[in-house]
Amino acid sequence: MSRRARGITLSIVLAVVLVAGVLLSSIIGQLSISPSEVLGSLLRAVGIDTSLAPTDPIVESTLWVVRFPRIVMALAVGAALAVAGAVMQAIFGNPLAEPGVVGVSSGAALGAAAAIVLGANVAVLANLGSWGTAVFAFVGGLLATLLVYFMSRANGRTEVVTLLLTGIAINAFAGAGLAFLLFIGDTASREQITFWQLGSLNGSRWQEVAIVIVVAIVGIVIAALLARRFDLLALGERNARHLGINVEALRIGSIVLVALLTGVAVAFCGIIAFVGLVVPHIIRMAIGPSHRSLIIASAVGGGVLLVFADLLARTLVAGADLPIGMLTSLIGGPFFFYLLARQRKRSGGFA
Amino acid sequence: MAAPTLSATGVSVVIDNRAILDSVSLDIAAGELLALVGPNGAGKSTMLGVLSGDLTPSGGSVQLDGRDLGSYSHLELARRRSVLTQENQVSFAFTAAEVIEMGRSPWLKTPQLAEDDEAIAAALRAADVGHLVARQYSSLSGGEKARVSLARVLAQRTGIVFLDEPTAALDLRHQEEVMRCAAELAASGRAVVVVVHDLSLAAAYAHRVALISGGQLDAVGTPAEVFTAERIERVYGLAVEIVERGGRPVVLPVR
Repeated sequence: MSRRARGITLSIVLAVVLVAGVLLSSIIGQLSISPSEVLGSLLRAVGIDTSLAPTDPIVESTLWVVRFPRIVMALAVGAALAVAGAVMQAIFGNPLAEPGVVGVSSGAALGAAAAIVLGANVAVLANLGSWGTAVFAFVGGLLATLLVYFMSRANGRTEVVTLLLTGIAINAFAGAGLAFLLFIGDTASREQITFWQLGSLNGSRWQEVAIVIVVAIVGIVIAALLARRFDLLALGERNARHLGINVEALRIGSIVLVALLTGVAVAFCGIIAFVGLVVPHIIRMAIGPSHRSLIIASAVGGGVLLVFADLLARTLVAGADLPIGMLTSLIGGPFFFYLLARQRKRSGGFA
Repeated sequence: MAAPTLSATGVSVVIDNRAILDSVSLDIAAGELLALVGPNGAGKSTMLGVLSGDLTPSGGSVQLDGRDLGSYSHLELARRRSVLTQENQVSFAFTAAEVIEMGRSPWLKTPQLAEDDEAIAAALRAADVGHLVARQYSSLSGGEKARVSLARVLAQRTGIVFLDEPTAALDLRHQEEVMRCAAELAASGRAVVVVVHDLSLAAAYAHRVALISGGQLDAVGTPAEVFTAERIERVYGLAVEIVERGGRPVVLPVR
């Protein structure tokens, strides 16, 4: 199949799976809702009254207060994380670079946790509310990304071993920081921090969803606009420069972008690792490495993955809401092994 | 000779308190093929880096069409000069065709965009890589990678072309073809600078040769002027015999 045909096939598959995922997530749960009720409720929301619309106000509020915000949050967070992964891989020139693996997510979580614990005591933070957490998560993620970048880049190339080791160090440091905040925090803060470490879409509210959506859309659009430059970066920094790319500016801009996308996702949903690793990789295998289509397809693919992961998280064990971060790591961990083994077979491991 | 398009005046490069280049002056004119030769570590690649705008010299200046090289933007430079570097790794599974197309990217949103297909077709022919386009770049052999990268550089269609050891990984036939291709570029009015190790190859195709030794320009002139047995023995520390074939010197080590 040509790449074009594969691209069309992938678009159709993603669209079908997306609609299926959204629909399934809407109807499955403690309260069963029929597909026609979902459709009726959606139509009513846009001003078309039909006989399909649910008459029971509990159904209506379950959809609009609990399920829809959660689904939209899953789409936005998945898209943000997958695109952050794709952008990070582009600037590192390596498919193993991922916000969770190299410590950007835990840096962001440390920032968010600091905001929560300090929030009760610092008036400015308390006034900022949700935004304060988001800003702190962004700053934490940004610091971690900068650290990883300058540690693992030398002479225009990424040293993979250093990249992964830097990730280990940052994850360890952020883990210690989180443990300290858990130790000094009050009971309420502790619960919130535990939630961050595990990652969950439970209790997503529309105000939070709105923040994540705005940041995710802006970030994804910027990433898509930079796509051609990312392609040229695959030739190496010198060659990209010879082709007219301002590599330094592109690098710094991309680091801020990764921190922004990861930070906003982590700020409201905690650490959900491996989305940025698995999704771009599968998309690349399907339609090739060209970044324009990779970034757009990764955004959709990431959203779809999280909608299904979240559906599993809340239905796998009856009456319990499993942490989604645990689920993605459960799938992502073995996938990472597979990538390592593959790269090892091809190039004799990481020297 | 045509007016120089690129001229370096008293260029020095100091890295870690070590002078890599020491006040080198060199003019490159449109329509000429200039070979940069010299022993390992003499400063050829550094000179190429300075001329192509990758390196800012610690002293001296480089002027491109009368303007300081440092005052050009990345994109302006990309439309004026192309560079084939020694190492050409590509991350991710891009095909050879995609890599070659990337050479056209400086011309996006310009009238020259219309030349895309023709420029790529010509580059494929010149680098003899038409049969490789569908292959994944990372699966190619060293010599094939070098030729695909050369095609990418040719597709860029710039007035100045820098080739850093384009023949290093190539077999005998492709070495000749690449040098002939460089000569054709010069014949079509471009300025071409080639770094080569094979002195006979340089002598056979270059209009002028610049011999760099220990960071200094030892000699510049026609191959016959520069390649004397005495000079090569002094610079390379190896006794050689110079044989003339078709008006061009051939350098043979005395064994």
